[in-house]
Amino acid sequence: MDRGGGSARVHPDDRGVPAEVQLRLRVNGVPRELWLDPRVTLLDALRERLGLTGTKKGCDQGACGACTVLADGRRVLSCLMLAATCEGRDITTIEGLGQDGGLHPVQRAFIACDAFQCGFCTPGQILSAVALLAEGRAGSDDQIREFMSGNICRCGAYPNIVAAIRMAAGDPGRAPV
Amino acid sequence: MHPFEYIRVTDVRQAVAAAAAGPAAAFLAGGTTQVDLMKDGVLAPQVLIDITGLPLRGVTAGGGVLRVGALTTMEELAADPVVAQRLPVVRESLLLAASPQLRNMATVAGNLLQRTRCRYYRDLSCACNKRAPGSGCDALDGHHRMHAILGTSGHCIATHASDLAVALVALDAVVHVRGADGERAVPLTGFYRMPGEDPSVENALEPGELITSVQVPLLPEGARSGYLKVRDRASYEFALASAAVALLITDGVIRDARVALGGLATVPWRSRAAEEVLRGAPVTPEACAAAAETALSGASPRSGNMFKVKLGKRTVARALSLVAGLPG
Repeated sequence: MDRGGGSARVHPDDRGVPAEVQLRLRVNGVPRELWLDPRVTLLDALRERLGLTGTKKGCDQGACGACTVLADGRRVLSCLMLAATCEGRDITTIEGLGQDGGLHPVQRAFIACDAFQCGFCTPGQILSAVALLAEGRAGSDDQIREFMSGNICRCGAYPNIVAAIRMAAGDPGRAPV
Repeated sequence: MHPFEYIRVTDVRQAVAAAAAGPAAAFLAGGTTQVDLMKDGVLAPQVLIDITGLPLRGVTAGGGVLRVGALTTMEELAADPVVAQRLPVVRESLLLAASPQLRNMATVAGNLLQRTRCRYYRDLSCACNKRAPGSGCDALDGHHRMHAILGTSGHCIATHASDLAVALVALDAVVHVRGADGERAVPLTGFYRMPGEDPSVENALEPGELITSVQVPLLPEGARSGYLKVRDRASYEFALASAAVALLITDGVIRDARVALGGLATVPWRSRAAEEVLRGAPVTPEACAAAAETALSGASPRSGNMFKVKLGKRTVARALSLVAGLPG
């Protein structure tokens, strides 16, 4: 989708409540149009306005990676993006990863490798892993660890997350830990 | 988050005009620091100008200069082939910073303007001359393990958090700026302000001015460069100490040198004195150590960050050794 949109200007009313801003974007392939307070983050817009609660709010300050989504194919943190700035962008969340009713290969690898425990960080881990593979950064365990460092797992499932990514990368000799 | 007027602009002229209209206006690009600080109430612009749609993205090289659009992301700059070939110090400073998600969002100009990670700056219940001029500095006698030992004042000891800025200061990059009165160019070495009496003034930008590009002179053919970052974790952490170095070596002699320090100073810290020590010196561990000693001379640590003097010296010496190809 083009970054169209043109210019826009909205300002708070007499009580200091900001006027809503129009936002048109594509979420998981579906065109969406929203009117929202310009203070709303992409994360909150996805969860509270579009009902896509697969994207998780962990730290809400850009440190944990639980809110990772793809914007125009690149992984980003939805908690640090104001939704209003996503005009014309193409967003992919965990709900949009599966193909033809089945799971995405990275989702299947996470299950096969038992790459999670509580599961809260998992949607962010998976979106980040999908991007990592697209970036060509699954060359070694060390490289995977380095380029997954923006996704924290408090359960400590890291060894199996690395194994899942190696499996999804097509490393057949790699058994789950 | 405090309410604000939201303006989405599509050209630079519009952006500058919108910013000139009011004193409490702020530009929003990648937002990785700014949105966080707005949530915490540390920043509360009355007008927020969304510049993410401006045509200021992309990298071009020509005439010995790399021209980087202000809205180029950190990942995009790191992936540039000229950067990879000719400016490894820039690439390394980028890839050792933040996380892939943040590097996909954060812009080059935003990176240069990022705010300090000082906890007292970020906590509204604390005294901070940078956030609230005249309120004092709780870091002076507080937890300041991460804080600066160079360029400090009695009013602020916050470190500048950028890795990229350290590399670009070493390379004599120039920031191009557009304001209501037109364009100007500011050398990055003269861009940052040490805290002095008023730590709230961090750089040479006038209110309403917008960075449009950063221009980086390429190192001469054959020059080597690199960025060494020392931190508490292996990845995804700010520097305790870092060094950006570039060396031009022929016949075992250092013909030219660039040295800049990060994580140790209130601004990205160029050490011309260390460069002088290196220029004309043979490539030896002793020369590296002497330059490191000089780079940290004048350091003024406090009780909680005394270790940074030795750490800083070792970081500089090791960075020089690595780039020079000295063993171990």
